[in-house]
Amino acid sequence: MSTATENAPGTPAETIVLIGHGMVGQRFLEELADRGVTQRARVVVLCEEPRAAYDRVHLTSYFSGSSPDELSMVPEGFMERHGIELYTDDPATAIDRATRTVTARSGRVFAYDTLVLATGSYPFVPPVPGKDSAGCFVYRTVEDVLAIEEYAKNCRTGLVVGGGLLGLEAAGALKGLGLETHIVEYNPRLMAIQVDEGGGATLRRTVEDMGLIVHTGVGGQEITADADGAVNGMALSDGSTVATDMVIFSAGVRPRDELARAAGLDIGERGGVVVDEFCRTASDPAVFAIGECARATDGMVYGLVAPGYEMAVAAAATIAEGGSPAADAKTFTGADTSTKLKLLGVDVASFGDPHGRAEGCLDVVYSDSRSGVYKKLVIGRDGTLLGGVLVGDAESYGLLRPLTGSVPPAAPEQLVLPAGLAPATAIGPSALPDDAIICSCHNVSKGAIRAAVGEHQCVTVPEVKKCTKAGTGCGSCVKTLGLLVNDELAANGVTVDPGLCGCFSQTRQELYEIVLALRLNSYQELLDNHGRPAARGGDGCEICKPAVGSIFASLAPTIGADVYVLDGEQAALQDTNDHFLANMQKNGSYSVVPRIPGGEITPEKLIVIGEVARDFGLYTKITGGQRIDLFGARVDQLPMIWARLVEAGFESGHAYGKALRTVKSCVGSTWCRYGVQDSVRMAIDLELRYRGLRSPHKLKSAVSGCARECAEAMGKDFGVIATSNGWNLYVGGNGGATPRHADLLAQDLSDAELIRLIDRFLMFYIRTADRLERTSAWLERIPGGLDHVKDVVVHDSLGICDELEALMAAHVATYRDEWAETISDPEKLRRFVSFVNAPGAPDPTVRFVPERDQVKPDLTILAGPELPVRTLEGSSTR
Amino acid sequence: MKVEVQLTGDEWVPVCGLAELTPGRGVAALLPDGRQAAVFLDRHGRTYAIGNRDPFTGAYVLSRGLIGSTGNEGMPFVASPLLKQRFDLTTGRCLDDPDPEKAVPVYATRSR
Repeated sequence: MSTATENAPGTPAETIVLIGHGMVGQRFLEELADRGVTQRARVVVLCEEPRAAYDRVHLTSYFSGSSPDELSMVPEGFMERHGIELYTDDPATAIDRATRTVTARSGRVFAYDTLVLATGSYPFVPPVPGKDSAGCFVYRTVEDVLAIEEYAKNCRTGLVVGGGLLGLEAAGALKGLGLETHIVEYNPRLMAIQVDEGGGATLRRTVEDMGLIVHTGVGGQEITADADGAVNGMALSDGSTVATDMVIFSAGVRPRDELARAAGLDIGERGGVVVDEFCRTASDPAVFAIGECARATDGMVYGLVAPGYEMAVAAAATIAEGGSPAADAKTFTGADTSTKLKLLGVDVASFGDPHGRAEGCLDVVYSDSRSGVYKKLVIGRDGTLLGGVLVGDAESYGLLRPLTGSVPPAAPEQLVLPAGLAPATAIGPSALPDDAIICSCHNVSKGAIRAAVGEHQCVTVPEVKKCTKAGTGCGSCVKTLGLLVNDELAANGVTVDPGLCGCFSQTRQELYEIVLALRLNSYQELLDNHGRPAARGGDGCEICKPAVGSIFASLAPTIGADVYVLDGEQAALQDTNDHFLANMQKNGSYSVVPRIPGGEITPEKLIVIGEVARDFGLYTKITGGQRIDLFGARVDQLPMIWARLVEAGFESGHAYGKALRTVKSCVGSTWCRYGVQDSVRMAIDLELRYRGLRSPHKLKSAVSGCARECAEAMGKDFGVIATSNGWNLYVGGNGGATPRHADLLAQDLSDAELIRLIDRFLMFYIRTADRLERTSAWLERIPGGLDHVKDVVVHDSLGICDELEALMAAHVATYRDEWAETISDPEKLRRFVSFVNAPGAPDPTVRFVPERDQVKPDLTILAGPELPVRTLEGSSTR
Repeated sequence: MKVEVQLTGDEWVPVCGLAELTPGRGVAALLPDGRQAAVFLDRHGRTYAIGNRDPFTGAYVLSRGLIGSTGNEGMPFVASPLLKQRFDLTTGRCLDDPDPEKAVPVYATRSR
């Protein structure tokens, strides 16, 4: 046997073999690497799936546009960096504990010193006749999801067996694919494990309102198929039948313990490899089991990822210590299964003892079926909070979960009332004890958060997140975190000045409201009447001038300011790029970026750009926004360049300024065999609609013609992705230094609905964002986050949507081409000179040298101290 | 009314008409010896002139910056349009960097 093993000569003395590369397996590898074990030991991983570990929890996000690659859990280069050998598509088929070898399907044999089982679980398929017909699927892997998507293309109706967490996700996915969707749940309610009867009823009503058809308390009797063996219906245990074109089984999972059974390891009564608190198997000290295939010391098999991670840590720590764990070693003896999740857009949370199993416990229930809210708290005889269920409004989860096990500081009935009805003093984070765990993902206590503020001088939530890791997991505690940070700052007597700058004590949002309410259009009036006392009568500063200029520009038609941003007093407020309508580069020259809406351009226009670049000697580069950037224009050349562009039917474009930049597009249904909508047309429409719109920061957009997302709309401030039914609108995406995937705001919109929603979204952003706050940071900051924005712009919860739409309509109606306007007015043209006292003379310091057949700035002339430059002759420096 | 910049001693050079300046902004002027001055007008009609070269980047751009005044002392400054460092218009000192190498020359101005 030993001659056949894959142990290369010179390999380390110790070999660790991991069977299974799911989320828990990957976490185990990271823990090994963190503890230096990968340096001393050979680590081999056998993975059944064709791809390395990915985020199974967010599998459903594949349907809203994530690619399988984006779901990957493995940092780039991780395996190579740590010398880990990963064999995908090659599952282990046998374990020989006598010789300590593992055989893989490929025939490879590996000798091990330590073996770790992380084989996960498999979907349970009830033994229904017909379950193997074509059109029956399970919902567990990327491959399952790809197969479901493909098969659903020819289906009208789908049925999901199982109304638990995964079943609802699968049903949401089918609904999203445009199928009429049924859910069949054997239990009398949806999500029977997490919620009680009342919560289940509320959840059901909400789910049915979304158009899903729910059957509870019934099982599948038989799956019927047509002559070709393809599913055409399901008979239910109540005698009814449902016609369906496909069936997804999502009725729970079972531990993958068959390898362990065959190897003679102890298996629990209800399955799962029996392990101790270090995740070592009861039968063999050289073998460990972690995650969903393991049965913990409390007799439970945990099907959640968080306990799996804890087991991965415990096993890796034990292995790192050479198998004899330290006294304070990490152990796993059971987990809190409290959860808060959003299913089909509905908040569902349960914590502690949600079903009231404790003896003699009592309930306090708040139920409002009109708004789909159900809350129940389970209270012990002595008033201790034992657990609860929250459906439709899980806001208070972040406070209630840490209070579990203690007597809450307010009467339980006050804790379930909706915000606004409860007395303000009822409960706040100040009521929590210092040892209450605020962030359960990273196990951060209230005391640690207070210390971050008090001792480490953190004054904002992002700083506290960085310092403590709190709020960086599932994010459900961020709201509580914000309240705690504010309380703590106040308690320490720290006042944070939220003012825009040294001139104004107001935030940008407050200044916007002042400008709009008073119809102010003079900066000096604003400064002298609303500025900080010491700043009144002064010249303002470089921070508030452009910010106020931007507010005036956004509201120009409404407040009676000139739409042309360089008119009158407004001219003095603009940053240099807005003042010269082009982008200043490092040597004081400018770049010009003609607007190419949607990235669509005719050959004739392309030639004009080439000719302009050639005639003015400009360096030419294709941008990331599907435009062409022309660099190296002197300030006095700008009007001549614009004139040439305007003559050819262009306008110059905003590649500068806090305004809409571009709307990228893929080629869409016109040419692409996958496209389902005309993304180019939509991108052009959007770019022309929102061009010139001044905002707190730049705005980028893109439109993709199908879910393949070639236009990268999910990385934009507002991104649009075509569906077979219309358009999905995503907001708050960002690339750059802090990439963020955009969030879905609404789906399957018509053209008109899409535009109306973007109008509202942008105007709400402009109204409420801070200066230089991109939509991504704004969405993260504003209280209530995406849900609040959705409430305001989709459901009009503040009643301001008419006003937002009117503001945008005014912008669109009054848009003018700033560049054409400038070149047609001799007065405005006067500023485009290098020297006020020598209008014909070019600036001799703006020089260029050759680089790769084009030019680049000559920096040698700028490098030294100020030297008199005597060369006035020579009209061209190139 | 002409704005004039003082070179050395009693030598004053006219650069532009006062009406050509926009309050809050500047212009660049080419001096007879080839140096460049950035000339500004504040909201109260006062003029200032400093060297046009931004010592942080070497580019001759300070005339294209935004001017302002500090909240407490009311000290007039211009912020470089490239990297936003502020320069005191009366002393040439950089408000964001005490390094004397980062100060800019100052010219006296008058209007007549």
